[in-house]
Amino acid sequence: MRGVRGWSRPRGGSRRSTTAPRPWGRTSTPWLYLAPALVVLGGLLVYPVYQLGLISFFQYTQAQVSGGEPTTFEGFGNYAELFGDEQFWQVLLATVLFAAACVVSTLAVGCALAVLLTRVRALPRLVLMLAALGAWATPAVTGSTVWLLLFDPDFGPVNRILGLGDHSWTYGRYSAFFLVLLEVVWCSFPFVMVTVYAGIRAVPGEVLEAAALDGASQWRIWRSVLAPMLRPILTVVTIQSVIWDFKVFTQIYVMTNGGGIAGQNLVLNVYAYQQAFASSKYSLGSAIGVVMLLLLLAATLVYLRLLRRQGEEL
Amino acid sequence: MNPPRLRVQRPWRLAAEASALLIAVVVAFPLYWMVLSAFKPAGEIESSEPRPWTLAPSLDSFRRVFGQQEFGRYFVNSLVVACTVVIVSALIAFLAATAVTRFRFRFRTTLLIMFLVAQMVPVEALTIPLFFLMRDFGQLNTLGALILPHIAFSLPFAIWMLRGFVKAVPEALEEAAYIDGASRARFLWQILFPLVFPGLVATSVFSFISAWNDFLFAKSFIISDTSQSTLPMALLVFYKPDDPDWGGVMAASTVMTIPVLIFFVLVQRRLVSGLGGAVKD
Repeated sequence: MRGVRGWSRPRGGSRRSTTAPRPWGRTSTPWLYLAPALVVLGGLLVYPVYQLGLISFFQYTQAQVSGGEPTTFEGFGNYAELFGDEQFWQVLLATVLFAAACVVSTLAVGCALAVLLTRVRALPRLVLMLAALGAWATPAVTGSTVWLLLFDPDFGPVNRILGLGDHSWTYGRYSAFFLVLLEVVWCSFPFVMVTVYAGIRAVPGEVLEAAALDGASQWRIWRSVLAPMLRPILTVVTIQSVIWDFKVFTQIYVMTNGGGIAGQNLVLNVYAYQQAFASSKYSLGSAIGVVMLLLLLAATLVYLRLLRRQGEEL
Repeated sequence: MNPPRLRVQRPWRLAAEASALLIAVVVAFPLYWMVLSAFKPAGEIESSEPRPWTLAPSLDSFRRVFGQQEFGRYFVNSLVVACTVVIVSALIAFLAATAVTRFRFRFRTTLLIMFLVAQMVPVEALTIPLFFLMRDFGQLNTLGALILPHIAFSLPFAIWMLRGFVKAVPEALEEAAYIDGASRARFLWQILFPLVFPGLVATSVFSFISAWNDFLFAKSFIISDTSQSTLPMALLVFYKPDDPDWGGVMAASTVMTIPVLIFFVLVQRRLVSGLGGAVKD
């Protein structure tokens, strides 16, 4: 098993491999290996991003798509329209708060269960692991419909168990967001749990035993021993959760039927899609896309600085 | 396989095990309810007294799902898209990860940062430019329109994950291989590739899911030729927000979830150890 091999290997053994200059280093081979990836990414990611930026500066509606009218340069017109729109700021705030709530809940649940996994014997561990893998494997579309059925006011078991009658979860703004949050946490905590668990397992047992012998409490062990050792892993799962939860689309789209009553449950991604494909305002949708891109870029820069501060080498 | 040995007292361990099992039941409950609802006869799903069992399991919902035009075809389409994406992106990512971990060259760090930034790109926002791109290349209404973008979107994460696996293969092995006269290609495919394979499996889970799940691209790029449609589209046929056919939705959901479940169970052990290895280095 990799985990076991991982901690019997002297620490830092892998770092040397990248710092030592390679005798065969000065060739074109790396670029040869990179060529397919760069071609695919250039054509299907970089170029569309460039196009996205371009479209956001033009007037681009159904008429231009069908070729009926020429495209006209708008400058920052689309952005001015967007920033002048009160709904945009509302959606932006909702997106940030919703993503933050999802990330915090996912990390809390995932880490707690990872610690729990280390405290139990093989059978309960396997059962919980399989259940989590099941949640993880469930496609977003099916997960969304299943949770809707569970919380359905007429036929769902949850309202029966809680004795809520025909209370509708998707009617109120906050309860609808809460329902989506539950589904998002359900399908994304397994990644955190499995990754953190694998990380804890790679921590040498002697370290933990020494801490326990010195009289450290469970909480103290987690805070002062495990958390610092797991920091690289925690950084990775945090940033991945931020990326995924900020971009939530399917769950909101399916569970609140495209953004909720009067758009009360819109998040940026769904908002951009609605503007572009439902209202045919392709340039406005692109402008929202650009805003999202810049926000996530800012998050990436913070992440990179964190990695650098930890002395991590890329 | 040993977890860190902690001195856990007996009652505490039993309490921990009991809560682990309880949590497992809660986590698995939505899936159980999905399968259960798929097998319930029509009257029982739409009842105000939902029961967690059924005494008269029926295949009606499944019949309705498979009776829908070409459901089997959508299934095959989804499978073709997901498998192509997994294989192609794994191969490309393996080569790229090897390049950025086993070689030092100019712009290496820049490239790595670019791969990280690429993960941030909100895929849905790119639907607009991708639509025009696919139109210009005549890929609209073909499975290619679904395969190509997903290869691109799963690459950055796959490369980022695979780095750790490639790094973990000892340098000395490479030197020994060259001293023994192996060519670079031979080392790459006959030594490095098998060693990195568990990592490839772990990362392929992510590309498989993203391709299998996708319904936005399917909805946007497959406009007129429904024979090229995929499963999520077929599922949403049964889901009308005002009056959903819950039996049909749950049966289609079950059919859609099973392949992913099988895939997960197959790679389960590699996934757990793989993720630990990938983020460690």
